[in-house]
Amino acid sequence: MDFDFEKIGFTLLGLFIVLNWGLLMGAAMRKLGARVGRRYGIPWFQPWINLFKNYAIRSTLSHGIMFYLGPVFRLSGGIGLFLFMPMIIGSQLWLNYSFQGDLVLIMYFQFFGMLGMALGAGESGHPYSAIGISRGLSQFTTIELPLTLAIISIAVQYNTLSIIDIVQAQQGGFMNWTVFTNPVATVAAMLSLLGVLSHSPFNLVNAPNENPIGPPTEYHGSFLGVLQTNRAILHVVEAALFMNLFFGGATNWFEFFMKTFLIYFWSVFVGVVFPRYRIEQSVSWFLKVPLVLGVLAVILYM
Amino acid sequence: MSEEKNIIQPAEQASKFVNPLYAKREVTGPDGIKFIVDPLRDYFSDQRPQIYEPNSIPVIEKFLNWARAESLWVLGFGTGCGSIEIAPLLTPRFDAFRYGVMPRPTPRQSNVFIISGYLSIKTLKRVVRSYEQMPNPKYVLALGSCTINGGMYYDSYNTINRLDHYIPVDAYVAGCMPRPEALLAGFNKLKELIKDGKAENANEYAKNFDWYKANQKKIIKDWNMPDYNW
Repeated sequence: MDFDFEKIGFTLLGLFIVLNWGLLMGAAMRKLGARVGRRYGIPWFQPWINLFKNYAIRSTLSHGIMFYLGPVFRLSGGIGLFLFMPMIIGSQLWLNYSFQGDLVLIMYFQFFGMLGMALGAGESGHPYSAIGISRGLSQFTTIELPLTLAIISIAVQYNTLSIIDIVQAQQGGFMNWTVFTNPVATVAAMLSLLGVLSHSPFNLVNAPNENPIGPPTEYHGSFLGVLQTNRAILHVVEAALFMNLFFGGATNWFEFFMKTFLIYFWSVFVGVVFPRYRIEQSVSWFLKVPLVLGVLAVILYM
Repeated sequence: MSEEKNIIQPAEQASKFVNPLYAKREVTGPDGIKFIVDPLRDYFSDQRPQIYEPNSIPVIEKFLNWARAESLWVLGFGTGCGSIEIAPLLTPRFDAFRYGVMPRPTPRQSNVFIISGYLSIKTLKRVVRSYEQMPNPKYVLALGSCTINGGMYYDSYNTINRLDHYIPVDAYVAGCMPRPEALLAGFNKLKELIKDGKAENANEYAKNFDWYKANQKKIIKDWNMPDYNW
């Protein structure tokens, strides 16, 4: 097996860009939330400082092997999503390790990190962790249902499971984007995106003032740093997945930044307007409107 | 500081407060072997706090101290009446988020412990537990005159007078009660101390552990927790 060092280098560079873009978008989100609340808000570089500080905490404490592996699984879930996600279409170097049928793998990787985190946080033995995990898993299961139905609809529409093929089928003008050719699936997926990015209406799982603070209650120092790193990567990669599937992908980095920013801020704008749902409210909400739209999207393209 | 030895609590005094379910007793196992069970002690660790030396390269330590100073995560634990002054910090009028101050709900993730006013003996026990659970570079901000000399509760039967006999304090904010502006000034003072590398009180606590523990045990009579809540 021969190693393509150029490709590995560009993949690592892409990971670096995605991480910093995710941190910057996180800061922008908190700044926007502050301005809506008539506050000045954090400095734009605050996420980087928090990250440095958390990695520099001197004493860490472990509750066992799985406690160590929880954040590692979570981070490998985020990086796994990144590795199989084509970033820039039209350039061989930014396609990462995308292959035929990567859509299925990406659907798997979305849940992978969460399950690893559940095992790790469960070993910490803190009751808030256990409550947070059961809430998070039940909410994410209902989020996945409309999302999976929308993706099945797209796969049937384009007759492929390769993200690159789906993006290439949308080229040649914005009227070819899935958002115009398959609006029902797009609406179902964009509603489930609100839950995937876990901002305000659906952020009970990690809410600091409801249930301190969900699964990462016992995680501190560099463990928490790994979780923060993963969160920044995951937000950009999820936005990139939706960009590729519904909004025509990106042919250069400028287009990539613009589209991921707008997709990410769809959930932020909803988040600053709507207050937090309780867990049974959010579960039943996802099983009503988005699920019906998802089923409709599949039936229309059968 | 005197180097007193750990005060061991008399057995009859300790047993008065212990739930009979958790009392020390002899148990016969399924294979007939008798052994002694001490449920409280069995889950305790005898580990003492460790001293974590700062990074040996001055440039890196200076950079890390800057990061620590600009990202102060506060343990959200209202200990006295001063906690009413903490809530306005997060409102548009004072907005402590500007200075990198953020409340955290768990001691594991926080760096600053605000002791907001008087401390009753019952609360002191929880304060010690929470303080010891915080990870190593940790700072204490004492709010109000009650933490300095007891304030208006100086002769009360169930509050402590001087906080720094029980946990090390980095910065005091005097007043009864200090307004949120004074608290922000306290945060800025704490930042200066951290950036100068002078806020190493977590290591001081580990060095003088026996002295602090003896003081705590003089006050807290129903001591039913490990000596060090790691």
